[in-house]
Amino acid sequence: MAANKIPRHEMPCQDSKVRAHNFEEVALGYTQEMAVEEAKRCLQCKKPLCRTGCPVEVLIPDFVKQIAEENFEEAARILKVKNSLPAVCGRVCPQESQCESKCILGIKGESVAIGRLERFAADFGMKSKAAQIEKVEPSGKRVAIIGAGPAGLACAGDLAKAGHAVTVFEALHVAGGVLMYGIPQFRLPKDIVQTEIDTLKKMGVEILTNQVVGKVTSVDELMENGYDAVFIGTGAGLPYFMNIPGENLNGVYSANEFLTRTNLMKGYKFPDYATPVKVGKNVAVLGAGNVAMDSARTALRLGAENVYIIYRRSRDEMPARKEELEHAEEEGIQFRLLTNPVSIEGDERSWVKSLTCLRYELGEPDASGRRSPVPIPGSEFEIEMDTVVVAIGQGPNPLVTTSTPGLELNKRGNIVADPETLMTSKPGVFAGGDIVTGAATVILAMGAGKKAAAGIDAYLKTK
Amino acid sequence: MYRIVKKRLLAQGIALLEVEAAAVAAKVEPGQFVIVRVDEVGERIPLTVMDFNREKGTITIVVQDVGYSSAIITQMNEGDEFQDFVGPLGVASEIEKYGTVVCIGGGLGIAPIHPIARGLKDAGNHVISVLGSRSADLLILEDEMRAVSNEVVIATNDGSAGVKGFVTDGLAKVLSDGHKVDAIWAIGPMIMMKAVVEYTRPLGLKTIVSMNPIMVDGTGMCGACRVSVGNETKFACVDGPEFDGHLVDFDLAMKRLAFYKDEENRAKARLECHHEGGHH
Repeated sequence: MAANKIPRHEMPCQDSKVRAHNFEEVALGYTQEMAVEEAKRCLQCKKPLCRTGCPVEVLIPDFVKQIAEENFEEAARILKVKNSLPAVCGRVCPQESQCESKCILGIKGESVAIGRLERFAADFGMKSKAAQIEKVEPSGKRVAIIGAGPAGLACAGDLAKAGHAVTVFEALHVAGGVLMYGIPQFRLPKDIVQTEIDTLKKMGVEILTNQVVGKVTSVDELMENGYDAVFIGTGAGLPYFMNIPGENLNGVYSANEFLTRTNLMKGYKFPDYATPVKVGKNVAVLGAGNVAMDSARTALRLGAENVYIIYRRSRDEMPARKEELEHAEEEGIQFRLLTNPVSIEGDERSWVKSLTCLRYELGEPDASGRRSPVPIPGSEFEIEMDTVVVAIGQGPNPLVTTSTPGLELNKRGNIVADPETLMTSKPGVFAGGDIVTGAATVILAMGAGKKAAAGIDAYLKTK
Repeated sequence: MYRIVKKRLLAQGIALLEVEAAAVAAKVEPGQFVIVRVDEVGERIPLTVMDFNREKGTITIVVQDVGYSSAIITQMNEGDEFQDFVGPLGVASEIEKYGTVVCIGGGLGIAPIHPIARGLKDAGNHVISVLGSRSADLLILEDEMRAVSNEVVIATNDGSAGVKGFVTDGLAKVLSDGHKVDAIWAIGPMIMMKAVVEYTRPLGLKTIVSMNPIMVDGTGMCGACRVSVGNETKFACVDGPEFDGHLVDFDLAMKRLAFYKDEENRAKARLECHHEGGHH
């Protein structure tokens, strides 16, 4: 059969009824046979468009070819050339809007499942410990990276490969940023993240946890203390609230808090782990992005009976990945679309009791190009609720930006960086990821980290 | 790891711990706090700093056995280590020369008021400290507070030391002695801070309080520590912990402290059960 006639291989998953009650990984990964068959679908295009859709330009046809030829270790090695965290990206990248959206097979049929193959090869490489660390000549230059999230780690990996001595300063007690505190275990197992980080450490990257830059040290002090360049990758760590009445009642969480308690602090294992998290019977998640889906599916696994996604637009406008929406729906998450909360009511003990919402209809397209939600007057209704999770986005965390004089910010508080080099208004200080762009995806942050690493490398060569 | 170099029992269930944390000690200022984690399964606990020694590289904290994690911490000994010790966090106190300043510490709140009183005294203020506790045997850090104050007034609920009554009675004594007070710092249980601001509000006396809400990361990321200040939501970890007491919604703050009361009781009961079983 011609390659383009073989149907794309589905990803085996835990049964939705079972997985809705555990924190084990939902997607189970390809078997070797499935991976080889799927890899054989690749046409090995002379001008591979898939690579143009990848923010870190993974050598896609090359690693896919190795899988097709059953050289799995070589496939893993090729992946690592461009991507410091392939096992993470194989799980959380929105491939459907990136590499896979450019695949020629996708024009008439289904694109090659590049993300699933990436995950397969990366996992294989981890298990076989094949990924040998190549020794590089030290450059004698030192770089400080602030934040051990996707941007910082990607930047660290590339700088280490270029021979620079890298120290990463992380505010939390573990490295990984949103990969550890935000994305749930069932979508991205934490041991996978830590294994990827261990590889970076083996490459010589030093990671210092419990270091809140902006408090315990500053960008200027790092430069004074012998770092030749600094990269700021502090992310979007400041949760937005709706500013509706009742938002400070007990039972109202930001998605960041809800997910941090569950993932980073392992609240789902309370009391074996000391940090509690509670959901009650009925949970409303406000918002419809990936973070909202993660929150909703987490609430279900913590034992909630009814979990609602409350969103003022319609299904077509939901910003979450299609796969996440489908997984959420299969597990029993209930979508209350064209619905917007107006207030949260509490009981006499100041606990959430109900949520009052207003129904919406779609009007003319707004500035975002999406049809704007228009409230229907008098359509208020109340739903009983024990917990409300606010997942409407987050802004730039101000700890580093406010402690760095001379750093140019835009009106939203994001750092202004040169689009090519990612250097900020301060010479030798670079920035990338959510702190520059506003909240986006893991892979875009990693792409920015890599771009900054190139910018830093070029800058250091001029010194 | 962050080693305990000195432990002293200040009163029944209240321990002072001096901990090696050189980077924190190099930067910390009065009014700031740290977040500690006992071990791999521990919570992140915010604790205000009682003292710091930049030369030795140590931070001193005072912990009272009131919940699950605080019970574990108060039983730690010299040589034991904290898994994590993060700081300094929060905004430092606005130490400047005000004139005459009253520093009110109630119960465990005497510990965080200590470096603030010292800072204010070093800045040239006349510092009158008002220390409160339920009874004389629960009064902590009296000698340390005398060393950093020009005057000390003590108030105990049962009258076993100083004025009989609350810290507000101690404050009333200071005011009736004819002192012209320019600023007040009040740190202690929420109910005490609320009583102090209700007392000083009609007098128009500037009163700073230090909020101690539930926190997780302490860097502004989670928003658990929301406090309503002048009808605006603030994050105590990055906007505080100190606020103008006259603007703080204490009723809300007190209710929010009870968020995990059930879970806290459950964890503590389990801990006590372990102790009785002789596992410790």
